[in-house]
This record gives sequence, structure tokens and C-alpha cells, in this order.
Amino acid sequence: MTLGLINANPVVHAKKERVARPLDDPHADDAVDPLEIYDYVRDIRDPEHPYSLEQLSVLSEESITVDEKLGRILITFTPTIQHCSMATVIGLCLREKLKDCFPAHFKVDIKVAPGSHADEEAVNKQLNDKERVAAALENPNLRQLVTECLYSSEL
Amino acid sequence: MAKPTEYVKHIESYVDSSSSPSQQAASVDALAILLRNDLLTLEALVRELDLYLTTTDSIIRSRGILLLGELLTQLELKPLSDAAIHSLIGFLTERLEDWRALRGALVGCLALLRRKTDVGVVTENDAEAVMKSYMQYLQVQSMGQHDRKLCFELLECLLERYPNAVQPLGNELFYSICEGIDEEKDPQCLILAFHIVEVAAKLFPDPSGPFASYAADIFEILGRYFPIHFTHPKSEDIGVSRDELSRALLLAFAATPLFEPFAIPLLLDKLSSSLPSAKVESFKYLGYCAPMYGSDRMAKHGGALWSSVKDVLYTSPESALSVESESDGGMIFEESDIMVEALILLEGLMQQNSDLLLDMILGDEDINNFICSFLKPWDIHDTPLQLRQQLHSVGRLLAVSAKSSMASCNRVFEKFFPQMMEALGCSVGNHSDESFATEDRALSSRFNYEAVSGNAQSSFAYTGVKGLQLLATFPRSFAPVSLLLFENILLKLVSAITSNFDKKFSWGLELKALVEIGLYIEGYQESEKAATFARIVVDKFVSWISSDEPAMPLSLKMQAICETGMTGISNMLRIVQGMEKAISAKFTQAYVDGNFESVELVIKVLECYSARVLPWFEMNGGSEEVAWNLAAIIWDKIDNSSSVNLTVQNYELLGAAMTAMKQAVRRCSQESQEKIVNRAFRVLSASTLFPLKDSPFATSLSNSEDSYLNHHVDRVSCRDEWIISLYASVVIALRPQTHVQNLKMVLQLFIMALTKGHIPSAQALGSLVNKLPSKTNERHLSQEYGVEEAIDVILTSSIWNFCQSNTLRKCSLFGGGNEIHNTKCLAGLNHTSVHISAIVGLAWIGKGLIMRGHEGIKDITMTFLGVLLENTNNGDFPESCDPIEGKEQEVIPLMKSAADAFHILLSDSEDCLNRNYHSVIRPLYKQRFYNSVMPLLLSSTRQSNSIITRSMLFRSFAHVISETPLSAMISEANKLIPLLLDSLSTLTEDVMHKDVIYNVILVLSAILMDKNGQVAVLENAQAIINQLIGLAAYPHMMVIRETAIQCLGAMSELPYARIYPSRTKVLQAISKALDDPKRAVRQEAVRCRQAWASIASRSLHF
Repeated sequence: MTLGLINANPVVHAKKERVARPLDDPHADDAVDPLEIYDYVRDIRDPEHPYSLEQLSVLSEESITVDEKLGRILITFTPTIQHCSMATVIGLCLREKLKDCFPAHFKVDIKVAPGSHADEEAVNKQLNDKERVAAALENPNLRQLVTECLYSSEL
Repeated sequence: MAKPTEYVKHIESYVDSSSSPSQQAASVDALAILLRNDLLTLEALVRELDLYLTTTDSIIRSRGILLLGELLTQLELKPLSDAAIHSLIGFLTERLEDWRALRGALVGCLALLRRKTDVGVVTENDAEAVMKSYMQYLQVQSMGQHDRKLCFELLECLLERYPNAVQPLGNELFYSICEGIDEEKDPQCLILAFHIVEVAAKLFPDPSGPFASYAADIFEILGRYFPIHFTHPKSEDIGVSRDELSRALLLAFAATPLFEPFAIPLLLDKLSSSLPSAKVESFKYLGYCAPMYGSDRMAKHGGALWSSVKDVLYTSPESALSVESESDGGMIFEESDIMVEALILLEGLMQQNSDLLLDMILGDEDINNFICSFLKPWDIHDTPLQLRQQLHSVGRLLAVSAKSSMASCNRVFEKFFPQMMEALGCSVGNHSDESFATEDRALSSRFNYEAVSGNAQSSFAYTGVKGLQLLATFPRSFAPVSLLLFENILLKLVSAITSNFDKKFSWGLELKALVEIGLYIEGYQESEKAATFARIVVDKFVSWISSDEPAMPLSLKMQAICETGMTGISNMLRIVQGMEKAISAKFTQAYVDGNFESVELVIKVLECYSARVLPWFEMNGGSEEVAWNLAAIIWDKIDNSSSVNLTVQNYELLGAAMTAMKQAVRRCSQESQEKIVNRAFRVLSASTLFPLKDSPFATSLSNSEDSYLNHHVDRVSCRDEWIISLYASVVIALRPQTHVQNLKMVLQLFIMALTKGHIPSAQALGSLVNKLPSKTNERHLSQEYGVEEAIDVILTSSIWNFCQSNTLRKCSLFGGGNEIHNTKCLAGLNHTSVHISAIVGLAWIGKGLIMRGHEGIKDITMTFLGVLLENTNNGDFPESCDPIEGKEQEVIPLMKSAADAFHILLSDSEDCLNRNYHSVIRPLYKQRFYNSVMPLLLSSTRQSNSIITRSMLFRSFAHVISETPLSAMISEANKLIPLLLDSLSTLTEDVMHKDVIYNVILVLSAILMDKNGQVAVLENAQAIINQLIGLAAYPHMMVIRETAIQCLGAMSELPYARIYPSRTKVLQAISKALDDPKRAVRQEAVRCRQAWASIASRSLHF
């Protein structure tokens, strides 16, 4: 067994089919909805495995809420195991991805699902602390890991 | 004997690490030839090699041993003495210890061990020594890929060829295997590793033997590879495909029942994954392993296995409706791979231990309840898809169960058959007598294993109300069905179709059954049955056309009629007769009185003609008679109803009639077309459209034309519109050889009609000028007109005169009258609309000319340009002063229509002037036109000062470029791009042009994507980016924004130095687009932003 992998043989789920949205009313505006956000983040690669967050069931459409008027997005993700030290990296990836995909006026909150992580509170605090996020992304190793996850072509 | 000098040089060349691989290979081959031909003995060689084999320089030593190994490989077929083999293998076994020179020892051992018995083989004792040495010295996982592979091959060879030698080694052997294959990742090595496990497991089948104690460890190593997940995109690169690997692992899994306690739980666990491939693999493995592990061992997993099979088949069946089943109301499913594998597993399990599984299946409450819920009458339409999928699955499930053995078949039938029979009575109602007849047969042959198990499926299909389809196959599979019974079946089906039209599913099924029967009869030439079929089915259906009985919707009637007709030519002819009768009977009523029902009927019949019947005849080689008759009937009807005044305009009916007419005429031969066109002309000339017929038309036309036009503008009666539309349809569909009588009158008439905005007339004119013969000597004997004369007639008509500087030929004929007319036309809106119609008409005529490549197109183009340039200059809108409201209102639509005329000229039309309607099409006509018109447009654009004129000119330009093939323009992309950008910036000023902008930006994106346009794009990169940034925020049309952003994304591929200066600008513009109200635009913006952001930082490039 390889040392160092936190979850060596995770259960892999199928990618859901990308359903084409029904053609909306051409004159109405399309509000930002959870599916749109999900479409952006579902293909982020897991930091450990060559699978996407969707395949590992870390994320689902239901775990995303959005309020366009207030400009708030809340993502709750579920690490594959309780003591996953990669949870913060996943959170960082999510934050970085959404920063690229949405205008600056959206406020993004990222949390682990209640009860899904041993250090839930600490992780949540870390992920929503601007200073710490900025500092983390200054770290070249972390930065590289995050970009690899975001733009990986392994999937 | 070869001299030492001969072979020593080969040895040296091989051992020398500076020589190239090809030289080395050549040396080995040379030495091998010497050895094979006994010019050199192995002993002599080994003696010569001596130093190389034992030197302390490990590089030379390894080369030396490798040479020996390679030579042994080449000499596999050469007989060697036992002593030689013994000493060689002894030496090589010893060398396995020497990790620096390992490869040669491995290659050599392998070569010796693989030898065939007749050329001398390694003894078992020696093999055991090799094995021991292997276990003692080789750390497989610390070697490189190739060495690992050799190690595995050696082990595999030992296990396969020397089972007796390795058997005593027991535990140590397995320890070494575990150690060797643990953590292996290379696909080629893995295949070998899996095979080693398989062979080893088979070697030690004893449940208390050494393998048993290592089974858990070995399986732990193996289990990690399941399911095989391949990250290599291409299997060619590595020489192993995923399927091969998966197969090897499967064989290893199934190698021994000792794996059962570990394998089955793992496989069941992997079934919980939602990844379809994992499920398919799991079921495949389970299905393969189950018989290998034996029924005793599998018995304890029975419950878990059944529940997983049930889960896949029943709880969430993933079958997709098959394509053809849409028309059947959706009862034919294509099972997913998972279901197929699950059914195979079930089949295997049933054969292994049918009692246990049957207890579970038949005792399963869900399944029982499910079946019971279908035993009452129900309607397929109200059943959601999932239920239907379940029904299908349960049917398959029981069919598989019943198939396994006679006993299980009996049990399934005892349980469900009586209930189903009962239910049948209700579910197929009036067909029950026949159905029961079938069932009786089935019952009587109940103990006939094959028949019954075959019927198990169909009887389940019955619960899905598919009884009728069985009836359809009835005459086929039970060939000697009496004529009476056959008749009976047809009658039942016809009556079912008659009464069941509100149940879409069963109706479709019944119709399909009839069609199948019809095709069957046609295919097998059963004349008696064919007659019966025609009498009972076809005639019955035909009689529906014009009667109100049965009360089913007309579209269904027509569907039934057409589909039965398509079963064969004789049936189709009967149906055509019926339809002709119906048209004869109802057409007058529909067209004169506007009787609603008749109108609907005639429309449907005509549509049926143009969409199904006529194409069918063309496909199946029928005569043109049908087409000819249709045209004749319509003209007869029109002709005969001359005295009646039409009050209700029914454009739909007219449209259907025109389409049918075009479709019919285009399929006729030249002679028939001439007959039709003459017939049509007689009707035409008898109509009120022709006051001209009494006058000396040919001579005094030009003088009387003005007044004639004025008189007739508002006075076209409905009947006349019908006649001229149908006549135009005939003309559109004519073949070029067909002669049209009285061409001059016809031309005048069409010209008159097109000024009233009658498009078909314009199209007919276009078709005429397209097809008329070009030179006098080529003409048909009595053809009075060639294309030149026709064009003269058309272009000298006074309707084009509103354009002051008319460039059309002979406009001077009209002299002074011209100006008067012109002022008049600018004064009233009414005239503007006439002129717009004239421009549209002229465009269609131009289209006819352009397609045949006629010179006349130049004049027409100049006319359009004239309109574009003239009106503003004439109307005097300098940019500084406000345009006069009224004038602008008149002039702009006129100019717009002149600009849009270019669209008509170049775009493809479905209504006329295409291959179907026998048009003369000169190759590359679009390119030619593009080349000739572009300079004109450009110079005009440069000259004009007025905003409106410029924008209209650009509109024309946009139409031209968007319809011309890209390949024609791309060579001049350099000149084109600045113009494109100019036109974009001009056109964005007015919302009116948004569609055109979209076309232009599509052209631009095509240029961006084309390799040949790259240089030009590069030169204009900045300007293009600036323009695109503007369009990314274009407020009026979403697709324009989307395409502009896509283009921007494509621009990011250009060389770094070119685009870097724009990066900030683009990113700013794109961040605004991230907030776009439309999702599609936002998504493009994200992609584009990513592309542009990453050009500046290396870390983002992947």
C-alpha cells in the first residue's frame, strides 16, 4: 500500500450527464443558479486522485446555494474521509475557481458539510479567512497544487 | 571452423558500449549464424568470452553476459547436449546474484528454460535451483521496467513448464510472488503478474495447502487493481489494452475457489459505485467467477447477489427506449451494458443453483406486487417511463429464470401464468379470442421446454399490451394459417384501428402490425392474401378519405393510408386513385366555398402527396403518371370553377397546392411538362388577368403599360391570385428544355404581379431567365424567346424606372416620362411599397441570372447600387442637417430592400432555383459574383458621405460576404478584414442591422479559425480585438456578444508579442461580460478570461 495517500481507494461515482438546458426565454435574463456554479466546479480535480470532485461525490448540485440579488454563493462540500487533510486544498481550489468565474461583487462562502470533517470548525474558519487564503496562495507549492487541480488535463 | 579473428571482432563490437545498437544487433546475428551452422562451438565461444563474463568491470561483464543470453535466445532451436545446458544454466543461475549484470542472466535463463524437449531441456533439479536463486536474490520491485518484465516472464515460465520443480518450494514461493507483484504499475508487467497468480493458484488447488495461507495476501494485492482504471489515453503506446488487462485480472480472480471469501465481497462492494463501468466489470467478474467458485461457496452469497441484481434490473433499471420503439409507444428497450451483464450473471447463477434463486425471485414481494399491479386493465399512456422499464426488466428476469431448466420453467408458470391469462381477457379486450387461440397452443405445448420458455417472454410482453404485435407475427411464424383466419385477423386489426384512434400507443402498434403484414405479403408474393389485404385493408382505408367515418383525426387517417400504401406498388396505386377521387370531389368545394372541412381535407391530401406519395414513387421507380394526373386534376378544377367568386382567402390551401404542384411538375418528363404548362396557360389566358388578350399586345405594350399597371395594382381577384401562383409554381419546376408558350405575355404578367409583392411570380421570372436557352440556334424549334429577349422584355418594363439614373438597358426609351414617374413615386408611400416589391422581384430575376452566370446581372447589380446611392443624394441628407422625416421613412425601407436584394441574390432558396427544380447552376457562381461586385461596393463606400448610405452599403457588403464561400475570400483576407471591421463599426450604430452584424461576425470568426487567414489576422490583431471588445457588450443580441467573446478567445492563440499589449484591455472587457445577463455569454467569458489570463503566466499553461 502506498504510504502518504490519505484515502487510497475511494469509491468513484459516475459523472452525471451534462444535460443541455432547455432553451430559455430569449428575452429574459438568466439568473445565476446552482447548476451554473456546479458546472464550473464539478471538473476540478481531486488533489490526490485523478478523479474530479464530482466523481468522488465531494460536491453535488444540491450542496450549492446562491442568492443573486445579494450576490452570495455558499458551497458546502463533503471530504471523502473525516480526517482529510486535503479539505483545505479543495476549499482553496473552489475559491480560486469561483474567483475566476464570477464578477468580484459575489461573496463566496465555502464550508465543509456539517459532521463530515474532524476539524470542521477550524477548516471553515481557515477557508473563509481572506488573509489566510491570500497567504496560502502566495505559497508556491500550494499555488502549484491548486493550479494543477484547476487546470489538470488528467481527467 | 571459423577462425577466432572472425568472431572475436563481433564479440568486441557487441561488448563495446560505444557501438550503436544496430551494430550490436548485427554482431549478435553474425555470431548466431556461426553457431547455428556449427562453424563455431558454444564451448569455444564461452572460452573466448571468458574474460568478459568474469571481469570485475561491471559494465563489460553485463555486456558479456547479455551477449551470452541473447545468443542462447537465438539458438532456442539448436540441439545442445545436456551437459552443456547444465553448465550454462548453472552459470546463469549463479549470475542471478549479480545485480549489476542481471539482465543477461535473466535473458539466458529464460532462453534455456523455454527450450523444447527435442533440443535438450533444463532438468528439474536445475530449474529448482533457478527458482531458489530467483527467490533468494531478485528484488523485483527495485528493478527497472524491462528487468521486471523479464523477471515475471522467468517466473511465469518456471511455473508453467516446471510445476514439479517449484511445487516443493511452497510458502517461500508465494512469499516471493507477493513481494514481486506488490505495487506493480506497469501494464505489461501487470498482465504477466496476473497470469502468474492464475498459474500459481491452479498449481496449488489444495484448500489446506500453501496457497490457502497466502490467498488473503495475494488477493489483497490483486484486489487493488479492480476495477481496472486506465489513465493512458491510448493503449497503442503501451501495447496493452484495458480489456486485455481486465481479462487477465478476471482469470486470476477466477483461478481458484480459495479467492471466494475475498473476491465476492469486494465485487459486491464495487457494485455500490455509481460508475457504470465499475458495475459492468463487477457483474462480469461475478458472472465469470460464480461457476468457478462452485455452488456451495456461492450459496451463502445468494441473498446479496440477488439483491444487487434486483437493484440493477428492477429498482433502477437503466434501459433506454430503443429508437424504433418511439412509434410503438415505447415498449422496446435497449438494455444498458450493466443490465446485460446482470442478466448473464443471473443466468449463470440459475444454472448453478436454480432452487435457491427461484425461491428468492418468486418469493420477492416487490416483484410479486409489481406483477399483480399490472394484472388489472391499464393504459400504457398513463404509465411513466420508469414503470415501463421495470415491466420490461421483470419480463426479462422471469424469462431468464424460466429458461434455465424445465423445473424452473414450470415453477415460474405455475406462479404467474394463470393470473396473466386472466388479465389478458381484460387487457386486450376484443382480440381475446385470437389471443387465446395462441395461448392454447402455448398451453398445449407447455411441457415442450423450448416453446414454453420462448413464450415466457411473449406472455410477459402481453402484460404490456403487446398482444397485437404477436398477432402481426402470427401469419409468419405459423405459416399454414388459413385464409379465413387471416381475413379474421385483418378485420380485427382494421376494426381496432377504426375504434382505437384515441389510444395512441395501441393504435400505432396496430397500424404497424398491418404494415408488417402487408410487407410480408408483398415480400412472399402470396397473391391470395394480397388480394384479401387489398380488399379488407387498403380499400377500407381509401374509403375513409372522403367520408366522415370513422371519426378519427384526419392526420391519423392519412398516416394510416400512406403507411399501408407504402407496402407495395399495387396498394399505393389504389390509394392514389382514392386520393385523386377525393381531390376531384372536394377541391372545388374547398377552393370556391372555403368549406372548412373540405379545405382541411384537401390540404392534408396534398401534403400527403408532396411529402410521401410522390417521393415514394420516385424512390420505387413508379411512373410519372401519378404526378401528371395530380397536376392535371388541379388545373381542371381551377378551370371549371371560373364563374365562382372566391370570398375566403385560404393561403394555407394555396400553399399546399403550390407545393404539391411544384413537386408534381418537377417529376414529370419534358413532354408532360409542356402539356401541363400549356394547359395552365389556357386557364391563365382565360382569366381576368388578361385584358391584354384582346389588344394587340405585342406591339403596343410599352405604351399602355403605365396605365395598365395603375389599373391593375389593386384589382387582382382571389381566383387570379390562385391561377398566377399555381402557374408560377409550374414554371418554377420546369426543366430547362421545356418550351413555354406565349412567353412574352407570361413575362409581362409576372412583372405585373411582382409589383404587387407577389413573390412566386418573381421566383418564376427568376426560374425562367435561369433556364431559357441562351443562343438562338440552340433553341427549341418554336421557341420564340431566348434569354436575351426575355431579359430585354423584363428590363425594359417601366416598373424599374423609379431609379433616376437607371442603368438598365433601354431606359432611355421612356425618356421624359421617367422623371414624372419618379417624382410621383417618391411622393407616396404606396409607391414606395411598389418599388420595394420591384426591387425584391428584380433580386429574384438577378438570382436566376447569377446562377447561370449571365452578364445581365451586372445591370441589375448596378440598379441596386443606384438605389443605394441615388436616394440619399437625391433625397439630400447631408450629415449636418436633420433629414426630413417623411422622406427618411420612404427612402430607408427602399434602400434596405436594395441592400437585402444582395441576400436574395446569393442565398440558397428552398422554394425555387435549386437542383430539385432543375436550375442551371454554373459552378462557382458565388465566387464570380463576389469578385465582380466587391470593387464596386468598396468604391461606392469610399465615395459616400452620408451615414445612411454608408450603413446600407455595408449592409449589402455584409450580405455578400456572409453568403460567399470562405475559401473564395480567404486569399484576400488582408483587404477584407479592415472592411469587415469598418462594416461592424458602422452597422452597430443602428439596431436594424443586428442580424447582419451576426452574419458578419460569423465570417470574421471563420477567418480567425482558418489557417490561411492567420497572416492577415495577425496584421490587424489590434483593430480586431478593439472591435470585438466593443461587440462583447452589444446590447441587442445575445449571440453577437457570445460570438464576439468566442472570437476574442480564439485571438488569445496568436503570438504572444502581438496580443500582449491588449491583454489588460481584454481582461477588463471580459470581467464585465462575467456579469452578463445571459448564461451562455458568461460561460464564454469565463473561458475567454482563462485563455487571456494564462498568456501572461507560465504556471497557468498546461
